[in-house]
Amino acid sequence: MRDFYGTKLANGLMLGTAQFPSPAILAEAFQRSGASVATVSLRRESGAGRAGQDFWALIRDLGVRVLPNTAGCHSVKEAVTTAHMAREVFGTKWIKLEVIGEADTLQPDVFGLVEAARILVEDGFQVFPYTTEDLVVADRLLNAGCQVLMPWGAPIGSGMGLNNLFGLRALRAHFPDTPLVIDAGLGLPSQAAQAMELGFDAVLLNTAVARAGDPAQMAEGFAAAIHAGQLAARADPMEPRDMAAPSTPVIGKAFLS
Amino acid sequence: MNIQLNGKPRSTLATTLAQLLAEAGFGSATVATAVNGAFVPLALRTRQDLKDGDQIEVLAPMQGG
Repeated sequence: MRDFYGTKLANGLMLGTAQFPSPAILAEAFQRSGASVATVSLRRESGAGRAGQDFWALIRDLGVRVLPNTAGCHSVKEAVTTAHMAREVFGTKWIKLEVIGEADTLQPDVFGLVEAARILVEDGFQVFPYTTEDLVVADRLLNAGCQVLMPWGAPIGSGMGLNNLFGLRALRAHFPDTPLVIDAGLGLPSQAAQAMELGFDAVLLNTAVARAGDPAQMAEGFAAAIHAGQLAARADPMEPRDMAAPSTPVIGKAFLS
Repeated sequence: MNIQLNGKPRSTLATTLAQLLAEAGFGSATVATAVNGAFVPLALRTRQDLKDGDQIEVLAPMQGG
């Protein structure tokens, strides 16, 4: 597996922590899947409630790498400020940078994304930008100092899978040495396997697991699919063809008609 | 003075951000702070003076995707 800012991950599953039915089920999903990264967020805390403190204790106990996000940020300023707050709270330079540009699709504002990425990289952050599969944007993000790209598979929470296979294939081909993570839109393990078969290095997902009837089992299913897809990618898959080709040798066949 | 703490109006006797956090019960909680949209690092909270109308955000780790 490729390095993510110098860190080799144990596997290619990055798992979000939102929407789980309970903290215990969240923990079980991480344990059964062996996910290597947990994405987390920052939200308003009440002095009396302290919900965030309990949550943070739970995540620390998981023993996984933490990737804070800037989810819900719609401007460069908001995203940059949130990143600074996250770095202090979570004690990591990693930041999943989201600058949302469109409310219905939660599509990234790629212009703001590039600007925010440049500011954060200059400030010592290791940025994981949530982006589209656009090659030009990818190039700008790399020029801004990003060493990882996280193109969407489909809109966040949609479960549609990989919407633009052509674009994702092109991205992989154009940036063969850049760690690429499919972020958002996956609904089923088969879609994660497909992402890995395309040569992606990891997938980041949340809703597909957290909203499943049995989240821990679904997380384990995703982990198995990611492993299968990774094996397939390394094994140099055959090229598909239009016509049939017999797999059993014709030579030596008995003449029985 | 009157300020906004996490979007809610609050009357306070605190004159610094650190005092406000103590007054509001955050004590030793792991939180990050911003005043009027600007990040205030932990080390600067005691020196961050408050003024009437300030908007203070106190954020903590939370579930995210």
